[in-house]
Amino acid sequence: MKNCEYQQIDPRALSVSPSSAQNHTEKRVQRPRRKWEVFPGKNRFYCDGRIILARQSGVLPLTLGLIVVTCGLFFAFDCPFLVKHLTVFIPVIGGVLFVFVVLSLLRTSFTDPGILPRATPDEAADVEKQIDTSGSSTYRPPPRTKEILINQQVVKLKYCFTCKTFRPPRTSHCSLCDNCVERFDHHCPWVGNCVGKRNYRFFYSFIISLSFLTSFIFGCVITHITLRSQAGKSLVQAIQESPARYPLYLVICFFSIWSILGLSGFHTYLVASNLTTNEDIKGSWSSKRAAEESGNPYSYNSIITNCCVTLCGPMPPSLIDRRGFLPIDEAIPAASASEIELPPFVAKNDAHMCTQSTKDVLERVVHSFDYQGLCPTGTPKTSPLALEVSSTAAPSPETSPSAGCSRQLARHPVAAPCPPFSSSNKRDSLHSINPAFRLASPSPSLSRTTLILGDAPDIGFIPLP
Amino acid sequence: VRLQDLQQPAVSSKVFVQRDYSSGTICKFQTKFPSELESRLDKQQFEETIQTLNNLYAEAEKLGGKSYLEGCLACLTAYTVFLCMETHYEKVLKKIARYIKDQNEKIYAPRGLLLTDPIERGLRVVEITIFEDRSIGSGR
Repeated sequence: MKNCEYQQIDPRALSVSPSSAQNHTEKRVQRPRRKWEVFPGKNRFYCDGRIILARQSGVLPLTLGLIVVTCGLFFAFDCPFLVKHLTVFIPVIGGVLFVFVVLSLLRTSFTDPGILPRATPDEAADVEKQIDTSGSSTYRPPPRTKEILINQQVVKLKYCFTCKTFRPPRTSHCSLCDNCVERFDHHCPWVGNCVGKRNYRFFYSFIISLSFLTSFIFGCVITHITLRSQAGKSLVQAIQESPARYPLYLVICFFSIWSILGLSGFHTYLVASNLTTNEDIKGSWSSKRAAEESGNPYSYNSIITNCCVTLCGPMPPSLIDRRGFLPIDEAIPAASASEIELPPFVAKNDAHMCTQSTKDVLERVVHSFDYQGLCPTGTPKTSPLALEVSSTAAPSPETSPSAGCSRQLARHPVAAPCPPFSSSNKRDSLHSINPAFRLASPSPSLSRTTLILGDAPDIGFIPLP
Repeated sequence: VRLQDLQQPAVSSKVFVQRDYSSGTICKFQTKFPSELESRLDKQQFEETIQTLNNLYAEAEKLGGKSYLEGCLACLTAYTVFLCMETHYEKVLKKIARYIKDQNEKIYAPRGLLLTDPIERGLRVVEITIFEDRSIGSGR
C-alpha cells in the first residue's frame, strides 16, 4: 500500500472571485438558460418554468369550460329564484365550492406530480456496471429487474431504459409524459397531467369537491323545478316554461354526477387501502395471497392512518429543478451566473444560502481548474467524470442540441448531460441553484467526448471501466 | 498559499450509495461501506454520515401531529398556504444541506472526497466523488 498524502481540498483556499473581468465578458455571450428549457421529458412549461403541464393537455380546457359554464348557468338562472324562495346561502355555498374546485383542478394540473429526474451519465454507468451483462450480444439486453424485500414482502424493481435507473417502488414510467413518476397513479387527460405522489391530494380534493358541487347544483335544479311546478303548474309545464337549457343542463349534471361520484368512491377506496390506480388495475397485491389480509406492503393496515398518510402527509419537494439555471460559459459558469442572477428569483434567502454552501464547495473545486486554465483531459474513462466536475458551466448550447437535450426530443438518452430542472415555485427554490446540473454539463472543450458518449446510448451501454 | 501551488484535484471516480427500500418508500440510504472508499475513509465515519442522513430524512417524512396539522391547514386553504409558507420537508432539507456541507469540510474534503447532496440527484443516490491522489511530494 503506497504511503500517500492526500491532497487536501481546501474549499476556502480555492475560491475565485466571480467578478474577474474575463469571466464577465464570457458570461454575457449567451443568455442564461433555465433547466426547464432542456427538460428531457414531454412536458410543457409556462411562466418561465413555474407551471408544468403534460404535452397533451387538450382536455383540460374542456374540463374547465364544463365546470365554468355549468356554474355560470347555475348562478345566472337558478340562484335568483332560489335566493328569493329559499335562502341566500345557496349561491354562497355554490361559490365556495366552485372556487375550491377550480383551485384544486389548477393545482393538480400545474404541479409536478413527482417526476424523477433522469440519471446522470455517471450514475447510469455505475448501475450498468452492477448489472451482469456477461455474454450478451443482443442489441438490447433483456428487461432487468431487481428483487428487494419490503416489509417481508418481495417486490420487483424494474429498470427504466429511458431514465437509466432502477425505478423506486411504486414508481412508474408514463409514456405520455415520458417521465418516471413517483407513486404513479394514472395519467389523467381531464386534468392534463399525471397524478402521482405530489399532486394526488390535489386530485382527490378536486374530485371530492367536484362531486359535492355537481350534487349541489343538481339538487338545486331539482328544487327549482319542483318549486316552480308546485306553484300551480305541472312538472312538465314547469320544464317547458323554463329556458330550453334545462334538458342539456340536467343531462350534463346527471352523467357527471354518476361518473364523478363513482370516481370519488373508487379513489376513496384507494386512499383507504393505500393503493394506487396503477397497482389496483394491475392487481399487484390482489388475492394471490389469499391467506394474508393485505398483500400490500405499503399499507399501514388502518384506514385512518392510510388516509392521513396519503392526504395529509408531508408534502415532498419537487425533485426536478425547473427554474434553476443551466451553466452557460465555461469559466465560472453558473457560479457567477447563478449567484448574480438567481438571487432575484430565489424567494427565500435561506434556501439560497443553503444550496449555496454545497455549490460553493463544488465551485471552488471547479474554479481551481478554470483558474489555472486547465482543462482536464484524459481517457474517455476519466473524462466524463472530469467533465462533470470541471464543467460548472456551460451547457454548451452546441452540445445540448447535439446531445439531444431539447425539450422537443422526448427521449434522448443518457449521454445528454442535460439535467432535469427544478420547480419554479418559490417554495421549491431550494433546488433552483443546483450545482448538480452544472456538474452534469460538459464543458465545450470536451463536447466531442460527450458526443461520442451521446451517440452510443442505444447500442447497449458504454462500459466505462 | 498561492493557487498555482496547489495541485488541482482530478476526479478519479465516483461512488454511488443507493437507496435502501427495505422499509418501504421512505428515503433511506444503504449503509453498506463501498469498497472503493476503503483506503480513504473509516467505515465507521461513513456509516455515521449515512445514518445521520437517514435520520434527517426520516424526520422530514415523519408522520405525526405536526405534519397532519400542516396538511389539514393546507387543504382548508386550498393549498394556497404553500405559496407563503415553507413546508416542514423543505426546512429539513436545508438542515440536511448544512449537515452535508459541514461533513464535507470536516471529514471528506481533507480526504480528497466530496459528498453530493442527494436532493441534487433526485434523492436516488448519495454520490461521493473521489479525487485523485495528487500529493505534491509523493517522492517519486
